[in-house]
This record gives sequence, structure tokens and C-alpha cells, in this order.
Amino acid sequence: MAQAAAHPQGQQHPIKLYLVVWAWLFVLSTCSYLIDYFQLEGALRYSLILLFMLLKAGLIVAIFMHMAWERLTLVYAILVPLGAVLVFVAIMVLEANYTLLSRLSFFGLGS
Amino acid sequence: MADHALTDVREDIANVSGLRTIATDLASDRKAFKNVSWGKAMMWIFLLSDTFIFSCFLIAYMTARMSTTVPWPNPSEVFSLTIGGTSLPLLLIAIMTFVLISSSGTMAMAVNFGYRHDRRKTAALMLATALLGATFVGMQAFEWTKLIHEGVRPWTNPWGAAQFGSTFFMITGFHGTHVTFGVIFLLILARKVWRGDFDTQRRGFFTSRKGRYESVEIMGLYWHFVDLVWVFIFALFYLW
Repeated sequence: MAQAAAHPQGQQHPIKLYLVVWAWLFVLSTCSYLIDYFQLEGALRYSLILLFMLLKAGLIVAIFMHMAWERLTLVYAILVPLGAVLVFVAIMVLEANYTLLSRLSFFGLGS
Repeated sequence: MADHALTDVREDIANVSGLRTIATDLASDRKAFKNVSWGKAMMWIFLLSDTFIFSCFLIAYMTARMSTTVPWPNPSEVFSLTIGGTSLPLLLIAIMTFVLISSSGTMAMAVNFGYRHDRRKTAALMLATALLGATFVGMQAFEWTKLIHEGVRPWTNPWGAAQFGSTFFMITGFHGTHVTFGVIFLLILARKVWRGDFDTQRRGFFTSRKGRYESVEIMGLYWHFVDLVWVFIFALFYLW
């Protein structure tokens, strides 16, 4: 206890900050749900889904996981490798389109 | 807030800023992640690897859904709940989302009280987090039971593309397992905090090492990650 008091460590932020983020996450989740409730279609639906998803993810990582206050070295060590995931997504989008094209042209509909 | 974070920074590395800190940190011998204990750094690296696992599941789901010629079942209808005669789309999933976000909120506050060495509030908030997590798993079990009764299997389902069942059970099952393990570890850690292990420097039963309140933050990182994954599953599987 004495040792810990002598070296105040860790993240110290006011409770209010967490409550505000919590409230925002509720609002954003409600917005996500309303997308489905009002049956939005097309590009509007997909862009809103992604927007609310990324905002929620950003709030959780930055504030709840304290990434906003970490040193840049750790932030980059964790976030930069995620670029590989995006590359993988791009590869598999091309692959899936090719698979769909082959299925449609060689097997016809319904297989 | 910024000055709080800066209090920890050592004098010799405080006068470098921006991208240069990365170069100096990584080039310094001994330790790349300054001000971050090994426990926290390892948890971050574990979470990064876990991110790749969940990414692979979601990418597999995307590939299956994009390449199938059979229509994909409409999640809005599949996961609707009928209450009092009216069908509400995705109601259970929405409630599960709010439950998990609330558990993240209580966990963030538990971490905060942990660093203030308020062991009673920390333990109580961790128990609340575990309770909300258990509620989430319970609701997921209900959802699985409902779908299995309706005839969803990993190889077939009544509404369309067969891959729907396999991706659903794989992704939500793996996420539910993460939540379950999180609840177990939360309970173990909450007991330690409640007993005052981190104040009395009592040694752990497994590692025989003295614990610190930082364990609560490391636990918090894992728990927020579980919530984070759900954000992506909710958006990409249920809403898309």
C-alpha cells in the first residue's frame, strides 16, 4: 500500500468521463438498432452500419481501453498490424466475386 | 487529463515527441514499451492475436455470404422476437448489446476505483460486470435454443444459404466462450480484490507472486475487447 502510494501508477481519469462514454455507446447502439428497425436499404444502410460500428469501436479502444493515453509505440504496435486484416478483406472480396462468377457461369442459379 | 498521463513519463524520454518516440523507444535497448508493464503489453499482444482470429471468422463469413448463389437468410427476420403479438426485429440482440456495453461501463469504473485502491467498490463493480456478462451468455443460450428448435444446423437452415448456420454458431459460439472465460476470471479477480490481496501483498494461489491493482486494468482490457468484438459481430452479422 505504502509502496503503491509512493509511486502513483496507472490511469487516473474522472468517473464522469466513463459515464459520458457509456452514454454515447448507448446512443450509438440505439442508432444502430434503429437502422434495422426502420429497414433502411442500400448504401445508406451499409454506410451507417459501418459509421456507428467504427465510432463505437473507437470510443471503446480509445477511452475504455485507455489507448488514447498510451505511448505511441504501443499504439502503433497494436494498430498497424490491423492493416493486414484490411488487405485480407480486400483479397477475399476479389476471391468471393470470382467464386460467385464461376458458380453462376458453370453451375447456373440455385446451386 | 493529458498531464495525468505525462506524470509517468520519465524525464529522459519526455522531450521527444511524435513519431520520433517510436524510433527512440524501439531503438532503446532493454524495453520497447515504456511505462507499460509486461503484463499489460502481453495482454495487448494477446488481444491483437485474438483480433486476427475473429477477423478470420468474419472474413470467412463475408466470403461465404458474397459467393453463395442461394439467398442469405434475413437476420432481421431470423432474430426477431414476438412479444404480445407484434414481431420486433433483433430485439434480443439489441438487449444483449446494451447488456454487454453496460458491463463494459461497470468494468471501466472498476478499473478506475482499483487505481484509487477502493477495494470494496472495485470488487462490487467487477461482480456487477460478471453478472452482466453471465446475463449475456444466458441470453445467447436462449437464442441458440430458439434457433436450434427452428431447425438451424451448421449444415442447413429453413431460410436459405446453408453457410448461415455454420458461420452463426462458429462466430457467436467463439465470442460466447470468450465472455464465459471472462466471467470466470472476473469472479476470481473480484474475490482477490475483495479479500484485499493487492493491499496485503498476499501471494497468488497459482503463481505465488504478489498481485497489483494493475491486474484489474489488464482484466478490463480483455473485457472491453470482448465488448469490442461484439460491436463488430452486431454490425456485420446481425445488421448487415
